Amino acid sequence: MLAIVGTVPDEEFHIYAGEVNLEGDSLVIGESRISIQRGTPALIASAIKILELFGKSPPFVYLAGDTGRGNGSKRLYEFVVKDLKNRAFTTLTFHYLLPDADWCNKILFSIDEMPIRPFLIADAGFMYAAKMSGNATSFDLFTPDPGELAFLADEEAPHPFYTRGFLLQDESRVEELVQRAYEHGNASKYLLVKGRTDYVVKEGKIIETISEPLVEALEPIGGTGDTITGVVSALIESGFEVQKACFLASKANRVAGQFANPEPSTQIVEIIKFLHKALTSLNFLI
Amino acid sequence: MKILRKLFKRRDEIGQNIVSRNDRAILLFENTSEVIRAENILKENAYSIRVVGPPAHVRKGCDLAIEIPLLHAMGIVKVLNSYGIPPLDWLPSDDGNLKPVELFHIKDFGRYLMVRAANMKITVHKASLTIVNVSGGGCPDVPYLAAILVGKKLNEAIEPRLIGHTLCGYALQLAYDKIKEICLP
Repeated sequence: MLAIVGTVPDEEFHIYAGEVNLEGDSLVIGESRISIQRGTPALIASAIKILELFGKSPPFVYLAGDTGRGNGSKRLYEFVVKDLKNRAFTTLTFHYLLPDADWCNKILFSIDEMPIRPFLIADAGFMYAAKMSGNATSFDLFTPDPGELAFLADEEAPHPFYTRGFLLQDESRVEELVQRAYEHGNASKYLLVKGRTDYVVKEGKIIETISEPLVEALEPIGGTGDTITGVVSALIESGFEVQKACFLASKANRVAGQFANPEPSTQIVEIIKFLHKALTSLNFLI
Repeated sequence: MKILRKLFKRRDEIGQNIVSRNDRAILLFENTSEVIRAENILKENAYSIRVVGPPAHVRKGCDLAIEIPLLHAMGIVKVLNSYGIPPLDWLPSDDGNLKPVELFHIKDFGRYLMVRAANMKITVHKASLTIVNVSGGGCPDVPYLAAILVGKKLNEAIEPRLIGHTLCGYALQLAYDKIKEICLP
């Protein structure tokens, strides 16, 4: 089963651990409904869309409310560290959490105690924590954007905010940044770099690039990175080999964007609606 | 007062030559929210300060610190105490401090304008000056800030620094300041 760990932007939302469903533009979580906006809800909604396509159960989610103060993230870290060791997830995706190196260490200790080691994916704040704590190589897949790749490549930066100028986001230097990230042990086994061109990387080597279709208006839309991470998580859980899953996730996001005919003002939920159709159109079984 | 004693004790110990070469210190706080509040307060009080990343040995996670002129340390600590956000500690400032990303990327989409600062992007509809999207980032206040800002007019929206708590929130403030500078002459 796929499990997703993240936050929702509501301090009143208490910790939830369980299944989640999708109804219209909302996630149904226990007795709560959460609108699908950028962040972990967008990731979860995308994953559900893809899991449905393969007849898989919805993901198990660990969620807490956090608007950035970090209290919700801390409560969630505590809960997950205790709970994980009793679970048998096959894919585990970490997302919007306040980056904290100590808690990342504790989470990994807890994963070591799980009966089966899941395929580990990190994006957003938890990817920052994984790099900052020196644990990047314990993960199977990171899904950075080019700015976050520059952060992974900067062995001194604890957060993308501090990436040194000479490494700043420049998509023409992706290969160099990838090499640097691996040289310093700051990358996972695979990377899916999400940008104007998407790059699939395995152990320091770029093994695939995807640049078509190019939908310019996707760049400013908040949540397009979250949807790729949701789709790739669901595809890996559905049994796709990692390279193929990354390729399909990248393509599906682009094609869904094309179907949505977006403007820079389009909201992510309008893209998510087309993910199912987009993936199907890719003739993914070949 | 403990902080002040430490600040000035060091000044005596290290001697005038070193002080004149490095006359700044960094103040450490409980969390990033306090740093952002302290920055606002000190800027309103016309102190020459700037936000920096603390050196590696005191870094915990999503960290910011404030670099201050030692000369004004007493006044600064007094002001911060009066607002209920006393610094936890201080360190001498040196070149090991991390500097926030200062470069901006501006992209024109015709009817829309996007500004990126570090890992955060904000996009505005030029004619109506409405914030239409916020993207990037990975800290938990990003979805919260986006929910508050999207749909608001640029000159009516609450500033990200007033409700943000993390480095991503701080980066969004930089992008917000820049897009205001461009769109609101």
